[in-house]
Amino acid sequence: MSESVSWTIPAVQSALKAKKISARELAAEFYGRIDRRNPELNAYLTLSPERAYAQADRVDAAVARGDELPPLAGVPIAIKDVISTLGIRTTCASKMLETYIPPYDATAVEKLDAAGAIFLGKTNCDEFAMGGSNENSAYGPVRNPLAPDRVPGGSSGGSAATVAAGLAVAALGTDTGGSIRQPASFCGVPGLMPTYGRVSRYGLVAFASSLDKIGPFATTVADAAAVLSIIAGHDANDSTSAPVSVADYVAEASKPVQGLRIGVPEDYFGEGLDPEVRESVESGIVQLERLGCKRVPLRMPHTDYAIATYYILATAEASSNLARYDGVRYGLRVPGATLTEMYRQTRVRGFGPEVKCRIMLGTYALSAGYYDAYYLRAQRVRGLIARDFADAFQEVDAIITPTAPTPAFRLGEKTSDPLTMYLADIYTVTGSLAGVPGISVPCGTTKAGLPVGMQIFGPHFREGLVLQIAQASEQARSSAS
Amino acid sequence: MKISREEVLRVASLAHLGLSPEEVETYRNQLDRILSYIDKLNELDISNVEPMAQVTYSAAAPDAARKHPELREDVLLPCNVAEPLLASAPDAAKPFFRVPKVIDR
Repeated sequence: MSESVSWTIPAVQSALKAKKISARELAAEFYGRIDRRNPELNAYLTLSPERAYAQADRVDAAVARGDELPPLAGVPIAIKDVISTLGIRTTCASKMLETYIPPYDATAVEKLDAAGAIFLGKTNCDEFAMGGSNENSAYGPVRNPLAPDRVPGGSSGGSAATVAAGLAVAALGTDTGGSIRQPASFCGVPGLMPTYGRVSRYGLVAFASSLDKIGPFATTVADAAAVLSIIAGHDANDSTSAPVSVADYVAEASKPVQGLRIGVPEDYFGEGLDPEVRESVESGIVQLERLGCKRVPLRMPHTDYAIATYYILATAEASSNLARYDGVRYGLRVPGATLTEMYRQTRVRGFGPEVKCRIMLGTYALSAGYYDAYYLRAQRVRGLIARDFADAFQEVDAIITPTAPTPAFRLGEKTSDPLTMYLADIYTVTGSLAGVPGISVPCGTTKAGLPVGMQIFGPHFREGLVLQIAQASEQARSSAS
Repeated sequence: MKISREEVLRVASLAHLGLSPEEVETYRNQLDRILSYIDKLNELDISNVEPMAQVTYSAAAPDAARKHPELREDVLLPCNVAEPLLASAPDAAKPFFRVPKVIDR
């Protein structure tokens, strides 16, 4: 079959059931695609054919026996390389973990495995998920499959690119400040950040523990909903996972949107927003109005403080979480005459420039004499940003904004200084700080043909609502074109 | 500059990063620019706002948070990962990780 065949989860299911293709043949088809496209895109860092074919054979045996198939049977999936996979190298796109092989599966991975998914491999990303362009990978940048001179976004750039290029049916990414939604926007696919605590993070390599979330990319909103239905839920191994019941997100996503109140905060449409992005998002909102949604103008007055708040809190947490990479237990060790010298040389050589910058900033913000001025102040402003969301959800059911201020930018365009890159997260970090769910769904393309994403935020644990609006928007677009 | 060379060296030492002289300058410049931007947080009156450390589901289920259902029974479970962990250690002498000498006699 050709590259143009775009597989979805229901398509895989019906092809398997009708015995039009076996899971093994499907996996082989995807590895063929990867062989052709990955040398250019660099979206996969590690392929795991042994595990994939073993999984596929399990599915094919179930088909042969006539068993009822699990919900993701035979679905080829890619996993961001910050999520632990039993026996499959997990590098975090860092030299620090170049040879690290986890002794267990992350809970989200284990659930996908039990649901019959096929693990094609691990995707490239910014080192330890720190970046907005995938240019901070120790193994080279990922190219945007729709415009190879441009970035796929980050940090989950490889996961977004594999789905956009048809090199996986769905992918797991992680989102700390926008790392699922922004690459989803840049690559023209849906990408969902669930509520904080919705998906277990057991086995996720920690970056900023009060912000990290695991979530899906897929080619359709319904497929993202199907993956979320599998990975969501409380986990005894993660005390931050929430004991909140899991909905049937596929069913929720297909409900009509008529009568929903959509908040449109003017604070997200100000200076710095690319006019073509503004136009696409506006047309996406108008489309929802035609479906019976009510548009409500909003103010979210602390939006402009979110980047400063985020980069204090996320780096402070990162400086603490990344203290574990000291050359003692796993990963790289650079020998030194003393223990301290070993730590210092291991860390200075194992980490890339952006990771070191963030460790420095976070250590500074937590250090004696600066804690109150930076860390504690940022925690208080976080409270104000969360209050903006709580107040908004008194008035509206959901909030719609652009996902990113611009479409995908060129490789190298923003690498000269970290702050320029940080500002690409300006619309996504707010929801990250508030812990609410958010999705980016394609809403248009620029004249140059670059995709534009629209971001939909909902109240805590209302992923179903966010997916519902995203799916309505997706279907309105496809019937209009 | 908001941050001196000495402060950069102090922070690098706290973070166990053996920076080269060039890196010290690079990070001094980058931190200066980021910290100057972060100064905008001083525009806000935060005197009546509690610090928000995390967003765990208390917002959605305040009662559930109070009862701590996330805490399971304290039951011992096997955790047989010592072998594979030691196998991927840079320098293991089972059942230990070996490091440069830390105590002088």
